[in-house]
Amino acid sequence: MTKPILEIKNATTVVNKGTSSETQILKALNLTINEGDFITIVGANGAGKSTLFNIIGGNLSLDSGQILLHGQDISKESEESRTRFLSRVFQDPKLGTAPRMTVAENLLLAKKRGDSHGLRSRKLKQQLPELTEFAGKMKNGLEKRMNTATGNLSGGQRQSLSFLMATLKKPDILLLDEHTAALDPKTSRQLLITTDERIREDHLTALMITHHLEDALTYGNRLIVLTDGKIVADLTGNDKAALTSEKLYSYFEE
Amino acid sequence: MGLIVSAIGQGLLWAILGLGLFLTFRILDIADMTVEGTFPLGAAVGVTAIVNGMSPIVATLLAMLAGMAAGLITGLLYTKGRIPILLAGILVMTAAYSVNLRIMGKSNTSLLGHDTLLKTDFLKSLPTYYDSVVLGMVVIAVITLLLVFFLQTDLGQAFIATGDNEKMAKSLGIHTDNMKIMGLMVSNAMVGGCGALIAQSNGYADINMGIGTIVIALASIIIGEVVFGELTLTQRLVAVTLGSIIYRLLLLAVLQIGFSANDLNLLSSIVLAICMMLPQLSKALHLDTVISKGVKVND
Repeated sequence: MTKPILEIKNATTVVNKGTSSETQILKALNLTINEGDFITIVGANGAGKSTLFNIIGGNLSLDSGQILLHGQDISKESEESRTRFLSRVFQDPKLGTAPRMTVAENLLLAKKRGDSHGLRSRKLKQQLPELTEFAGKMKNGLEKRMNTATGNLSGGQRQSLSFLMATLKKPDILLLDEHTAALDPKTSRQLLITTDERIREDHLTALMITHHLEDALTYGNRLIVLTDGKIVADLTGNDKAALTSEKLYSYFEE
Repeated sequence: MGLIVSAIGQGLLWAILGLGLFLTFRILDIADMTVEGTFPLGAAVGVTAIVNGMSPIVATLLAMLAGMAAGLITGLLYTKGRIPILLAGILVMTAAYSVNLRIMGKSNTSLLGHDTLLKTDFLKSLPTYYDSVVLGMVVIAVITLLLVFFLQTDLGQAFIATGDNEKMAKSLGIHTDNMKIMGLMVSNAMVGGCGALIAQSNGYADINMGIGTIVIALASIIIGEVVFGELTLTQRLVAVTLGSIIYRLLLLAVLQIGFSANDLNLLSSIVLAICMMLPQLSKALHLDTVISKGVKVND
């Protein structure tokens, strides 16, 4: 059950290196992510939440430390090559989809995440029924808009498409970067519920950054508090269940 | 009538330039100035090769290769060298000027007395001006079909996605730098080939024949969009060719009014500027409501 998928060892990142404003963002951070974990991450602005995602995603390289995937060092792998096992949903709905391409075209691209792109026909028509069925899982009418350019979708539909694209080809690790923060409360709640459903049904391993303490408590099997580049709390099972938002809030005041 | 046929023939040949720029300007969403250098580069390479006894087909293919190399350099400067695309294009364009002079050895080379693609027996048997129409149609049909096929492949979709949302493309594992380099190479290969064809059609290559090419290419793209409006990608490719023909007919009309050929660059820029400002103008003048009222079907 608790097989580690990803291990982050002594991860340190520095910005503005060699200048007077040199700052350490992550400070020798250690984190082991086990298979099936759904980890919610909270922390103040500047605590290093996004930086943590960026070092896992490969947008940012480590200044020291290691990242192991299934025991193999991937610290030097490029962002593109890490998409073999990893997918992401960003906070901004505009970032996750290609606006001039249709819903179906976007899904098809996502289906080939991390694959090589050759001169083979994309076979959109043949795969449309399968993609449509998949879109239906979001339960918000996305399946009726398969041939609509994503730029014409509502923010909520667009973001649920981003989520769908991130999970269409099952990733070893799913990174959710406040993916419901830009939506209205109702749409945001719906997407969170669907997110939770998909993660459970597909047995995904996921990390979710959120600023809503209630959401952090409600969802996931594990909760991490990040403060000043370090993990100050890592709670699972009963410890997480016993946690209240007041107690969680107190971490921010220290 | 002859002038109109000639304009259509020219429009078809120049449409290759428009289609080439479409790949970078519309799909990758970058303005590639390299074309101002690759167009005369293709002409210089093509004409020099023909004058030195090569067959026109080989010469045109060499011109495409030269254009492709120029695109590769711009692509590397842009992606790996992190030079802004506008500057990278201007650098290569400027460098190409010297290279073109080196290739030709002088500022103008005539094809008088040499074979060209337009002098094959079949094309010669056609009435005047129809030669470039037929050649242009064949070339444009082949290029358009190849592009339509390419854009429907996995690679083509990855290419489109790169221009549409680079961050997303990267997060799906698409090597966006490679896509940009590839786009610039294919685009400039087409532009180089176009330069070689136009030189063969004109009967000479001139060191200054690149001036204004980007405006001509943009004019084909924008006129096509303004005239035909919302289209699918395949239709948009065809619209570029039609835009190029309309542009040539516009030039013909302007010349008929009494402007001189020396005024063409000024007029082209004005036409393009007006077309590009149309969305703003129509907003200011409420043209869209006027037009939609005019064409409204009962509903």
